[in-house]
Amino acid sequence: MNNILNQIGIENYIFLSILLFCIGVFGVLYRRNAIIVFMSIEIMLNAVNLLFVAFSTYHQDAKGQVFVFFSMAVAAAEVAVGLALLVSVFRNIGSVDISNLKNLKG
Amino acid sequence: MAPVLILFYVLAALTLSTAFLTIYSKNPIHSAIYLVICFFSIAGHYLLFNAQFLAIVHIIVYAGAIMVLFLFTIMLMNLNKEDEVHKPRITRLGAITVLVLLSTVLMVLFRNSKPFFGDYAPIEGDFQSIKKLGTVLLDGKNGFMVPFEFASILLLVAMIGAVLLSKKEKQGK
Repeated sequence: MNNILNQIGIENYIFLSILLFCIGVFGVLYRRNAIIVFMSIEIMLNAVNLLFVAFSTYHQDAKGQVFVFFSMAVAAAEVAVGLALLVSVFRNIGSVDISNLKNLKG
Repeated sequence: MAPVLILFYVLAALTLSTAFLTIYSKNPIHSAIYLVICFFSIAGHYLLFNAQFLAIVHIIVYAGAIMVLFLFTIMLMNLNKEDEVHKPRITRLGAITVLVLLSTVLMVLFRNSKPFFGDYAPIEGDFQSIKKLGTVLLDGKNGFMVPFEFASILLLVAMIGAVLLSKKEKQGK
């Protein structure tokens, strides 16, 4: 199993990560439901994490995986705070449609 | 074709299709379920890399914690219905254009990148077992001790912030 990148190739993982990241960007732009937007952000984070692990294996260096741990911790914190914000928004406005959140528009 | 390659293609197809279905499906509950499948397939990718600890942590954190949080929030807001109005057509067309252009640009950018990061030279020996990861993470001199402690502070602050934000305000105000 150690020569996994010899059989698969790093390019395949780069392309997979690119596609996953682009799907996340697409979700952020396409949907109005703020929860789905959050899920798209999670997809983007996961795409980057996957690329980190791929290059960690490529360079035979564990530091990439350690970075992924930190990124997971940050993602968990981000989701907790973000969902609390969404609950608060829902309580005040009554929906989580992001096109209703235009109070700062001049 | 090598069996590992077939496994990779199956996992990649699963990842991409469930990620797309997460965004495409109307019902937020279905989106969350598809996202769980997507996270599990990414954990499968980690297992392909022989990074077992990372795969387990990924499943625990994402499929366990984050998705339960998502599902609880969706059910708390009673959002499991399909009455979402779409964005205006011009915005959706713009989103699709961004998807196509961004993926094309990034693909072309990385297509010939192999000469820049060198060839893959596997070394014998272990570099990603739990023991090695712990050494790299918590090594006293050039490890990641300080970021590790800061991560704990970040999680504490996030916890306090989440509780404060979602607390009900007092009626008298």
